[in-house]
Amino acid sequence: MEAAPAVIEARHLNLTFPTDDGPVHALKDVDLTVAPGDFISFIGPSGCGKTTLLRCIAALETPTGGSLTVRGMTADAARRARSYGYVFQAAGLYPWRTIAGNIRLPLEIMGYPKAEQAERVQAVLDLVELGQFGRKFPWQLSGGMQQRASIARALAFDAEILLMDEPFGALDEIVRDRLNEELLRLWQRTGKTIAFVTHSIPEAVYLSTRIVVMSPRPGRITKVIESPLPRVRPLDIRDSPEFIRIAHEVREGLHEGHGHD
Amino acid sequence: MSRVLPVLTVLLAILVIWYAAAVMLNRAWVLDQAARAGSEVGFSQMLRETMAQDRPVLPAPHQVAKGLWDGVAGQKITSKRSLVWHAGVTLSATLAGFALGTAAGLLLAIGIVHSRAMDMSVMPWAIASQTIPILAIAPMVIVVLASLGIKGLLPKALIAAYLSFFPVLVGMVKGLRAPDGMQLDLLRTYNASQGQSLRMLRLPSSVPYLFASLKVGIAAALVGTIVAELPAGATAGLGARLLSGSYYGQTVQIWAALFAAAILAAVLVMLIGAVERVTLSRMGFSR
Repeated sequence: MEAAPAVIEARHLNLTFPTDDGPVHALKDVDLTVAPGDFISFIGPSGCGKTTLLRCIAALETPTGGSLTVRGMTADAARRARSYGYVFQAAGLYPWRTIAGNIRLPLEIMGYPKAEQAERVQAVLDLVELGQFGRKFPWQLSGGMQQRASIARALAFDAEILLMDEPFGALDEIVRDRLNEELLRLWQRTGKTIAFVTHSIPEAVYLSTRIVVMSPRPGRITKVIESPLPRVRPLDIRDSPEFIRIAHEVREGLHEGHGHD
Repeated sequence: MSRVLPVLTVLLAILVIWYAAAVMLNRAWVLDQAARAGSEVGFSQMLRETMAQDRPVLPAPHQVAKGLWDGVAGQKITSKRSLVWHAGVTLSATLAGFALGTAAGLLLAIGIVHSRAMDMSVMPWAIASQTIPILAIAPMVIVVLASLGIKGLLPKALIAAYLSFFPVLVGMVKGLRAPDGMQLDLLRTYNASQGQSLRMLRLPSSVPYLFASLKVGIAAALVGTIVAELPAGATAGLGARLLSGSYYGQTVQIWAALFAAAILAAVLVMLIGAVERVTLSRMGFSR
């Protein structure tokens, strides 16, 4: 593990926002190393900086201190090199484009040739099991299907990293379970490095190879839990003692974080 | 039926009030005529005479309707007494000015959204431009341009554009800023250029705002054109028709021209409304 060059590496990362009530420490002394192929989850209560950390990795926020490299580059250089696909909490599909048209959006922006665009769109549509829905418009699809389409959009240009900010937070539990299962299969098939923000303990434990527990004021990492679960995980692994033990460990981590308040 | 009934009720109320007002306002002339002739008029005779004058203070609705009908259907379309011909003259300048104004409003809005300097400098001037009474500057513009040899459609179109660019500017500044932070962030993750963001996100997002602005803009363009037709002895257009009507005390002609202008405005706004409905539903906005 140590030998592989890190995909994401943060050292003493700090981010403070100036506000009217003085500076707010959104991130304090965050150290993090993500290896290729990791599925890493950030979990914590709101205000713990989990989304801010993801946005720093995506160069949508600029840290005020420390160092952060993504694929050996600065975060902003990595963004310009189109190193990652980003999935937001809302699908955010354009209503005036078909599903295929929405997935084509990044490819058009990045200037892929027309024929390759069509190929890639069909490939990722099949990957998220929306192969038949390319010609539909977003309003014709359910919320879960729309979110799958937005994942396909993030996968279309085959970036090495997938950054996901509570992508299933707005969906009901049944749909969320199915999408979690599909996401795991997708991760195994593509071998991508995934960073995933969530506030659900079962979701974090089910998906991740590593779970990063964070706590607020100031936003910081309080615990990193390595998951001993195998990479191939059926849904009923969630009833295994191993799973319950890790979930318990995460819950304790969250409580400890709160103890500092 | 439930939609027609309220409209008919309001229409009926307007007609009743209008007839009553016509009687009140035109009565003085009837009484005056009778006094000069040394005769008395009964109530029913007075009623009849208030509604059949050549130059009433306020023509009764049926007189206006007849004037409108004569102007539209009673003349050859190429005749200078045809309201259709005059409306056509006004319409061409209105459309030209509307196109100019929309283009100007659109370009300024794009500039304002992309440049902080333009945001700070252009907007106050745009607002100031609309506080100047159009009646005050229209004659000056017409006269100045005429002295430069520019006559006909262009000066009128410029006045129309002057009025119609503003709603488009205000609506499009709002529309181009309509995409939320998440949508802009998404394009940032693709490292999209400003031009790509404009073309693929900001312009499509602004379409509902554009149509709302266009409806206000085209009505403003029509008003601008009619105002521009008033000065400098224009002989063609609904504005000229209004003016010559008021020169010769032809109140029926004035009201007929007024109604022609109102109908023209309504048709233009309805046309844009129809295009709006189709476009927005095809773009998936109305779902």
